Amino acid sequence: MQKILFIDPEKCSGCRTCESVCSLYHEKVCNPTRARIHIVKWETAGLYVPMVCQQCETALCEVVCPMHAIKRDEETGAMLINYDLCVGCKLCAMFCPFGGINLDTKTRKVLKCDLCGGEPLCVKFCEPKALQYLNATTINLKKRRAAAEKFSDLMKKMLAAI
Amino acid sequence: MVWKRKIAYVNLTTGKVVAKLIPKQIRQLYLGGRGINMYLLYNHIKPEVDPLSSENVLLIGTGLLCGIPALGSGRCDIAAKSPITGGIGDSNIGGFFAPELRLAGFDHLVISGKAERPVYLWINDGSVEVRDASHLWGKDTFETQGIIRDDNQDEEVKSLTIGIAGENRVRFANVRTGMKNSAGRTGMGAVMGSKNLKAVAARGTMDIEFSHPDELLDYCKKMNDVITETRWARAQSKWGTLIIYSNTNTTGLIRTKNFQLNRLEKGEDLEPEVMDRYTIGMSGCYGCSVHCRHRYVLREGSHAPIFAEGPEYTSLGAFGTMVDCKKMETVLVANHLVNKYGLDTLETGGLIAWAMELYEKGIIGKKDTAELELDWGNEEALFELITQIAHRKGFGNLLADGFKTAISKIGKGSEYYAIQIKGMSNLHSDERPTPALALGIATSTRGADHLRSRPAIDLYGLPEELLQEIYEAPVSSDYTSYDGKSRIVRWQELLYAVTDSLGICKFQTVFCAVHAPKWKEFAKLIQLASGMELTKAQLMEIGERIYTIERMFNIREGFTRKDDALPERYFKEPTPIGLPIVKGKKIDKDKFEKMLDEYYALHGWDENGFPKKETLERLALDKEPSHMV
Repeated sequence: MQKILFIDPEKCSGCRTCESVCSLYHEKVCNPTRARIHIVKWETAGLYVPMVCQQCETALCEVVCPMHAIKRDEETGAMLINYDLCVGCKLCAMFCPFGGINLDTKTRKVLKCDLCGGEPLCVKFCEPKALQYLNATTINLKKRRAAAEKFSDLMKKMLAAI
Repeated sequence: MVWKRKIAYVNLTTGKVVAKLIPKQIRQLYLGGRGINMYLLYNHIKPEVDPLSSENVLLIGTGLLCGIPALGSGRCDIAAKSPITGGIGDSNIGGFFAPELRLAGFDHLVISGKAERPVYLWINDGSVEVRDASHLWGKDTFETQGIIRDDNQDEEVKSLTIGIAGENRVRFANVRTGMKNSAGRTGMGAVMGSKNLKAVAARGTMDIEFSHPDELLDYCKKMNDVITETRWARAQSKWGTLIIYSNTNTTGLIRTKNFQLNRLEKGEDLEPEVMDRYTIGMSGCYGCSVHCRHRYVLREGSHAPIFAEGPEYTSLGAFGTMVDCKKMETVLVANHLVNKYGLDTLETGGLIAWAMELYEKGIIGKKDTAELELDWGNEEALFELITQIAHRKGFGNLLADGFKTAISKIGKGSEYYAIQIKGMSNLHSDERPTPALALGIATSTRGADHLRSRPAIDLYGLPEELLQEIYEAPVSSDYTSYDGKSRIVRWQELLYAVTDSLGICKFQTVFCAVHAPKWKEFAKLIQLASGMELTKAQLMEIGERIYTIERMFNIREGFTRKDDALPERYFKEPTPIGLPIVKGKKIDKDKFEKMLDEYYALHGWDENGFPKKETLERLALDKEPSHMV
């Protein structure tokens, strides 16, 4: 079953633990600018949105790569960069509609989420569960239940009115 | 690695900046953050300087563990000689500034002199620049951070900033970052204002390196699990520190109407559940798995719309119980005002509550307050007075200099009603039934304060076997008892000194959670992060060294045993209400003095509270000031 890195911004507390965990795991240092995930904040409005590669089905990064260096991992569904082929042209970063591809200021490589090989550490560390790694069908059910709750509120009101 | 990390000396008078490596020996003796800051304080500030003169030195330091993804490791320590107490000034702030300063290449800043006109420091990838801040002068703490980001076209810039209160040298002005975080206590914002330093901004892309990154990552996860499994953290994640009110107000351990009652009658609207009306979610500091503060919205009322963060339990007391305001909305508005202006919430509320009692007693009247009616619960007067203090206008100008000056100006026995120690306001907690907590506020090196040593777990009535295990000596499990309490105050002092030096959050060690990480876990984290091998005994000794050098600074400024005192009312007036265990309690003067003797003896200080020669030698403090850095 394909799993998806599911983001729920309403639960994000903005602590940026995901950023430091990501860089510590992949680069062995703490440095959010070298992380593959980033919390975008509207600080004065209290809105925090984790942004990370969506592992798109039609992945523009893959399409535009002149070296065919980006390929999907069949097991995890992650789009992976083959650094033996990558020439660092950054076209993938330019075309990604989510800003999901980051530029490593130290190594000058492009960086993107590889789902940690199927066990994303950001998910493991995310205490408020703003990041979850879920089966695609489960996500659907969660969304449907949230929507259904609105109907059930309405139903309660209707029943009370009778 | 930790040995490559730097300290920058910035002279604002000359504009000169010098960067140096932090010597290994200083790390081993003081770790970082508060520890190194306290060493610098003793070494860089000459005796008897005016805290608001160019001779004071402002110290900013990140903790040794700053940057790790655990235990709220983003804490920053800010120190200088305090313009409120005249002793050590030291305040700790969360948020995201400290990691950014580290990523920008510095662990510590020593800021001396005074700039000719408003400036801010720009710290970016190994360089420090003194920049013009005339366009920032007069801006509030939120606006200032936004303008600095816009100027640098970078939304990831993190700033420490002062508001209008700091510019006006209100003696208890704070330093702020983000929407909520404040280095509230001891007036560090006034020191920044006196140096014409509006802000310190950092942006960095440099690595924070650790000795054993893979093991550190695993251990951080374990630490986060340990803390989030505690009931305290689970309650905090939902209600924040407001949850404390439910317990203390029910029991009768809270001060109301300054110090007249120890419970707030009809105080239901201040219960934590009330925040459901206003909150849109919780918010966390860097590397925190607890996320204890509300993001709240006020859509209605004369001050709406407001988006803000908080309020802490402290603000609930400052603008709720102490001034007898019984509406959460009052607290939410006042919390936003003090944050905007950059005022310490606790000192502001403490002073206003005192003024209200003086007004009630007729010690001051309308002619003193410029027609302001300081009746209990008058929220409009509260908001007005906050604004006056920040702008140094009207009666607010008198309060803006803090307790010491206000007491001497008002006179007429007003001192008796001031719930302050060493010139600094106490929290809205009532320590008359709790000798351990009372000793803690009396001996705190930075003035009346609950974050220097508060043994909060003393209130749980834990089994004595467990207390023995934690404190390694017999301690009474009765919180109204004096037995063994000097020991637990000292133990907590050492723990908090080390916690502040590691740069992690006090809520994620043994403050309110019994099973939270402490010595053993700290030692492991230090080893994995820095490679330094330290035992529990060595860590406790570091805590002792830090606390003793703070004491030495205060002694050099003329402090003695008489300054480790409680307000007279603690000995004279018994608590009027509360549960049977707390009702009718006051502090017994003789028992208190005995407890103080025990406490000094445990520290190796003499009967006047001065460290003995052998203690100084044991702690390698006998050659201070040694000017190693």
